[in-house]
Amino acid sequence: MAETFSARKYLRDITLPFCPGCGAYTVTNIFLKAIHELGHENLSKFIFCSGIGCSAWIPSPHFMADSVHTLHGRSIPVATGIKLILPDTNVVVFGGDGDIVGIGLSHFIHAARRNLDILVIMVNNMVYGMTGGQVAPTTPLRTVTTTTPYGSYERPLDAARLAVTAGACYAARWTTVNVNEFKQSIKEALNMHGFRFIEVVSQCPTAYGRRAGFKDAGEMLRWFKENTIFTDRAEKMSEDELTSKIVVGEFTKKQRPTLEETLHATIEEARKSNED
Amino acid sequence: MKGPFKTNTRFWQGNEACAEGAIAAGCRFFAGYPITPSSEIAEHLSKRLPQLGGIAIQMEDELASIATIVGASWAGAKTMTATSGPGFSLMQEGIGYAFMTETPCVIVDVQRAGPSTGQATKCGQGDIMQARWGTHGDYSAIVLSPNSVQEMFTLTVRAFNLAEKYRTPVILLADEINAHMREQIAVPQADTLEVVNRRKPKASERAFFGLQEVPPMPSVGEGFNIVVTGSTHDEYGIRVTADPIKHRQLVERLNSKIQNNAKTIADFESYNIDECEVGIVSCGCTSRTVYEAVENAEEKGIKTGYIRLRALWPFPDEIIKKMAKTAATIIVPEMNLKQLYYEVERAASGQAHVTPLNKIGGGELITPEELLAKIVEVKRENG
Repeated sequence: MAETFSARKYLRDITLPFCPGCGAYTVTNIFLKAIHELGHENLSKFIFCSGIGCSAWIPSPHFMADSVHTLHGRSIPVATGIKLILPDTNVVVFGGDGDIVGIGLSHFIHAARRNLDILVIMVNNMVYGMTGGQVAPTTPLRTVTTTTPYGSYERPLDAARLAVTAGACYAARWTTVNVNEFKQSIKEALNMHGFRFIEVVSQCPTAYGRRAGFKDAGEMLRWFKENTIFTDRAEKMSEDELTSKIVVGEFTKKQRPTLEETLHATIEEARKSNED
Repeated sequence: MKGPFKTNTRFWQGNEACAEGAIAAGCRFFAGYPITPSSEIAEHLSKRLPQLGGIAIQMEDELASIATIVGASWAGAKTMTATSGPGFSLMQEGIGYAFMTETPCVIVDVQRAGPSTGQATKCGQGDIMQARWGTHGDYSAIVLSPNSVQEMFTLTVRAFNLAEKYRTPVILLADEINAHMREQIAVPQADTLEVVNRRKPKASERAFFGLQEVPPMPSVGEGFNIVVTGSTHDEYGIRVTADPIKHRQLVERLNSKIQNNAKTIADFESYNIDECEVGIVSCGCTSRTVYEAVENAEEKGIKTGYIRLRALWPFPDEIIKKMAKTAATIIVPEMNLKQLYYEVERAASGQAHVTPLNKIGGGELITPEELLAKIVEVKRENG
């Protein structure tokens, strides 16, 4: 029997900054549990990158590991530079929906297209939480936020499906209710190569729930639970039926040459042609 | 192109010399986005770096380019990007991040005529102040200004050395004329070239963001558990977002490590500053006009001298003050609507009359005749 799991083993002794009821606690715990179950005694084989926003604080400075806390939206390009120079390291990006598919959307698409060998975990709380609860590209239609006081009037983005279209090797979506599936998914992704994307829909009772009509975090989790549809069932449903549902599951799992592989093969060719 | 060369004389384009200078300085990672008039730097490095086992990658935009070179620098590489005005504007937030996180990297801005898209293929010198003040917050820049193909090489090498020495982004502020012209250059032999590398920490060291003027820099993946953040942080990289003392300590040190070394960083060429009645202060492409104009003015019996700045920032106040003691008038010719002028006027602190000579549009240089006419005019006014 393996040693029992303790998240503290992987954490600095700094109090996590999240609000009571925040989904980031669950994400932190589940990620570290997956790390533990994969047999990592520490995080020395990992390098973390994050941008700006609440979920960017999950790794930095809390994980006892190298972590680069970048500008808003630029965690993926910083990770690109690190991964290309150190191809043997595991680079994991944590970010919120605003960070990854709002201001940083272009990098997300291009990293998936290039098949950069990193794992991106996007904590989707459907709102700009750190700045006080403004509408995000992921906010469901007709939601009241501080910048949509009459309800949001834009269709939200489906980040997991976009990752598939852009060329990701792995794309999955879960909610903070599906803790076991989420954990398995992290383990699955960490055992693969290529651009891997996991979206986890997460409750923000402070900046989202309170204005969107939820009493507390528990009520938000109930909302997730009651509206979660697995991909196989979702396939049989119409677009109308799926409005306001959260489709969870794995959206793709495949292998193709990574950016590092194609780049280093090109470098080898260039070296040889220079010698000839 | 294949080495080793039989002789070290080359006939290169400025952008090509810049790219080769980067290689000579040890740069093995380039990320950029195409933009006129800097694209040849990316093209040349895309060909050359892979031959040397290095990486050149074209990113989706300039925001990604600057972020990627910062990431690669933390992974231990010497890194560079190259752009022009519009892209340089987009990179400003990233330059501030590199400054705050003390990340060595080189940003080449090949100036063109702005603002906005302006005249994309024509030369300008309108980014002098942006190079100094472009990012938000309290910031100090190191900015170098080449005026020949030779200096596109040597100042690129110096840009890397300063970046590594002071752990800060360094800007090579080139211009379309120097980037696109072709000249003969002498490529220094590798063993004669001074190449500076960042100071690495001892195994026991943990303060990578303080305690010393320039702290040692580890790389990610070396087991130091580094915390890098653009937020205000303590000596160990841990974010401190409210403590006034920690913010002062950090931001004042980041600025003073450059300002305290202003004399070492200063680099200029000067002529006759002790005896001139008319002085000229210039940089970059405009300075190429100055040599002939000064010669012609002296033939007319006007005692003329010049300072040609190779390092623009930190601004070398002392040499300007020295010129202002002798010269009655200092002319500041530049291809913009007055930028260097204000800085010279400030440094001259009323000791000499400082007058501008500006020309923009079409990439037209200020001609030696135009500058000579200005010298004659101020001489007449001074009597």
